[in-house]
Amino acid sequence: MNPFLDISQIGKVFETESGSFEALRNVDLKIDEGDFISLIGHSGCGKSTVLNIVAGLYQASSGGVILQGKEIDEPGPDRAVVFQNHALMPWLSVYDNVALAVKSVFKGHKTKAEMAQWVEHNLELVNMSHALNKMPHEISGGMKQRVGIARALSMQPKVLLMDEPFGALDALTRAQLQDSTMEIHKELGNTVIMITHDVDEAVLLSDRIVMMTNGPAATIGQIVDVNLPRPRHRLELAEDVRYNHCRRLVLDFLYANQGGHDQANAEVVGGDEDAAGVTVGDRSEAA
Amino acid sequence: MTSLAVERLLGFSRQAPKFMASSVIPAVGIALFLLFWHIVAGNINTSLGQFPGPAQVWTQSQALYQEHQREREKAAAFYERQESRNAKKLEKNPDATIKWRKYTGKPTFLDQIFTSLYTVAFGFLLASLVAIPLGILCGLSENVYQAVNPIIQVFKPVSPLAWLPLVTMVVSAVYVSEDPMFEKSFLNSAFTVTLCCLWPTVINTTVGVAGIDRDLVNVGRVIKLNAATNVVRIVLPASVPMIFTGLRLSLATGWMVLIAAEMLAQNPGLGKFIWDEFQNGSSNSLSRIMVAVLTIGLIGFLLDRAMLMLQRRVSWDKQAVLR
Repeated sequence: MNPFLDISQIGKVFETESGSFEALRNVDLKIDEGDFISLIGHSGCGKSTVLNIVAGLYQASSGGVILQGKEIDEPGPDRAVVFQNHALMPWLSVYDNVALAVKSVFKGHKTKAEMAQWVEHNLELVNMSHALNKMPHEISGGMKQRVGIARALSMQPKVLLMDEPFGALDALTRAQLQDSTMEIHKELGNTVIMITHDVDEAVLLSDRIVMMTNGPAATIGQIVDVNLPRPRHRLELAEDVRYNHCRRLVLDFLYANQGGHDQANAEVVGGDEDAAGVTVGDRSEAA
Repeated sequence: MTSLAVERLLGFSRQAPKFMASSVIPAVGIALFLLFWHIVAGNINTSLGQFPGPAQVWTQSQALYQEHQREREKAAAFYERQESRNAKKLEKNPDATIKWRKYTGKPTFLDQIFTSLYTVAFGFLLASLVAIPLGILCGLSENVYQAVNPIIQVFKPVSPLAWLPLVTMVVSAVYVSEDPMFEKSFLNSAFTVTLCCLWPTVINTTVGVAGIDRDLVNVGRVIKLNAATNVVRIVLPASVPMIFTGLRLSLATGWMVLIAAEMLAQNPGLGKFIWDEFQNGSSNSLSRIMVAVLTIGLIGFLLDRAMLMLQRRVSWDKQAVLR
């Protein structure tokens, strides 16, 4: 059976003034519907490039991305993006920011009243109903990100792409938003790809953690399956052996690859394609 | 001293710096300038007499205003006479053909101010209507930018006065009408202003549009906004500050160029007023020219302020410090 989302052997070469730079090589990942995937790796390892290629904002130099049997060649609302810095239009109110997306995506499919209701519904999902008419500069960073998530959800995406969505937030706000994200994921069951730097966040939220080697020519180093039952509670998990095991695996990988460009590359260059898809943990099926 | 008095004193001293900065210091600056002007003017003698100091200029500005009022009275009297004469004619013979003539007195200083304002407004608006859309296109499309940029770079440094003869010839050749809506001289001046108002607005709009936050642009791509909505909801609001920077530069240049064009082409306006006074060469001429110089400066300043107020109204960013 074809996977829901097939990131197939993608590579990306950027042409810069000082020559070409190979950011990604042979990134291969199959994602089932409803999966919550985290992409983790050191800064500059090309996580965002992968996300942007899935979003259609970048074109892959080689390979391709297939969503439900259809190749992706341009951005679209079926792959909504939550940007790291919320990317709300500062001149539009909270409501209008979401409405801008809803009106563009559902033009001709929903009536005006249905659209209005849909905007409000999505803002309610992220607990922002109280601030419909506030301007972005009047609300906190966490609230802005909630609105950013509401806007992405309002497009009814097949895949929700989150680019370090909570990276710019303080720890408490981040925890709240992680809980909200889990609730929403449980309720809507969407497929999510999230970039993060935060190991705890990755383990807490994900079904699978995809760890990337350092660039240039970054690729997937390891994949950890997180087989923790849902719903997950951060306080209970702190003591959980499986949780700590997953956490440990990710940390080991990140520390092993710290500044270790040579090692990471050797793994890719030396091994065959399977080297990029090494799986660790209780993986029941091969990628 | 009671604590209340102390508080008041402190309160005053706390407010004092603000008051100083906003009124006292500029007032001192102006006073020093007037003094300097007065002294220097007293030491410059020209063939038209002594260079005018602040006092003479003040006297002439009042004189110019009185001339304007006298001229208005004359005009009113003329129209009154004309009306009564025509009324009498009609009384004698209801079928009589009557003539209505316009008063053809010399335009006063105030008339010239309004002519210049009207001309610069027309030229500036015309330029903005072309420059803003062109700038948006250049900012959105690298190809359009590459195609248009060399042309902008070549025409930008051309003094609009170099255009003036060409504009004059083209207008008189193309704009042929029995009952023209606009005077040809007006169109000459206005088009010359347009030609120099284009560039700063095009360039700044391009820079503004090209520099829109990538994430905001990507939001537009992800939700597949159509081109028109994209421009209205994302591109225009995001580039308002740069567009206005361009518009203000354009208007300032346009105003400067207009005066020069009016002088050179003898088109009605403040420039012509200055030229006429210069040719006239009376003992008051220099003072009257000086009045015009100050008026031009003041109007230029007010035009800029008006644009700033417009920007405040239009811009979504009410926190921005505009200067």
